[in-house]
Amino acid sequence: MQVKLRVKRFDRERDREPYWAEYEVEAEATDRVLDLLHSVKWYQDGTLSFRRSCGHGICGSDAMLINGRNRLACKVLIKELGKRISVEPLRGFPVVKDLVVDQQAFFRKFESVQPYLVAEEPPPARERRQSPEARERFDDTTKCILCAACTTSCPSFWSNPNYLGPAAIVNAHRFLFDDRDAGQEARLQVLNQSDGVWRCRTIFNCVEACPRGIDITRAIGEVKKALLLRRT
Amino acid sequence: MAELSATGGRERPAGGLELYAWLFMRVSGIALLLLALGHLAIMHLINSVDEINFAFVAARWANPLWRLYDWFLLFLALLHGFNGVRVMVDDYVRSPGLRVVSLVALYSLVLFFLFAGSLVILTFHPLAGS
Repeated sequence: MQVKLRVKRFDRERDREPYWAEYEVEAEATDRVLDLLHSVKWYQDGTLSFRRSCGHGICGSDAMLINGRNRLACKVLIKELGKRISVEPLRGFPVVKDLVVDQQAFFRKFESVQPYLVAEEPPPARERRQSPEARERFDDTTKCILCAACTTSCPSFWSNPNYLGPAAIVNAHRFLFDDRDAGQEARLQVLNQSDGVWRCRTIFNCVEACPRGIDITRAIGEVKKALLLRRT
Repeated sequence: MAELSATGGRERPAGGLELYAWLFMRVSGIALLLLALGHLAIMHLINSVDEINFAFVAARWANPLWRLYDWFLLFLALLHGFNGVRVMVDDYVRSPGLRVVSLVALYSLVLFFLFAGSLVILTFHPLAGS
């Protein structure tokens, strides 16, 4: 079938402002939006820029605004969208070119919550063991692929780019509730800043946007509760 | 721990103020629900609005517990609303000048209403009006 693909394009060396480019693409109903973008780039206009790596919903490279919602281009099928499809870069990040956005600040925030195991004891001879129950506690937040769909769907983040954002909080949650971890204090200190978890207004956009189905607002709520019970 | 700043920029004071503001919103919200429903029941269901006049208020406020009730209602409602607007200004007013102006206006307004309301509740003397 014939799909009309609209892409919001911008080349800061050439264009004064972003513009919509339209492409007619031949596609199957079971193709993904990523296939449409490939088709345009490989056969129609090689200057179109976008990120993608694994193409199977795991690397988190190709999150973009598709028909007004944040999704992974490699996960959403044409038949779910219809014959008219619009694609825009993620909102709230500076556009580098076309669908490629600058994620430096995003990853700096991610790093600020120490998203790795902070252990006091030296590593044992084999792995650090954990009961299935203790592992279950943070199972949901291990699923994050850092695609930034949540953070860039968050109105609190749009209005205040200093907000830590749901993705960083999810990754803090992953280690906060890990019983082998000893880095709680440093992490909670970052989360308790006025631009930390308290900017979350429980709008739930992040939950709708997450391609991994993580219950993000719940995770943020659990972090708030952890801060509360620690302080009072 | 300056290197832990979430924004990578100048660290803002952590102090836990936002934590307490968040907790206050929840606690005062629940309290206001009960207080406001009680207020509604007394003023509109148990008594008709037509019967409520100076004498009614004077009789009710003869008991200091009712004054305390109304004072709580006033304080919690004002501070709850104040914090809500403060958060909105914090979220959406980005220009530094406008921020200062709106926050000064907000703080002044709330302090004035808290003062005026408290003055009435604490110094109300039924005989002075009769």
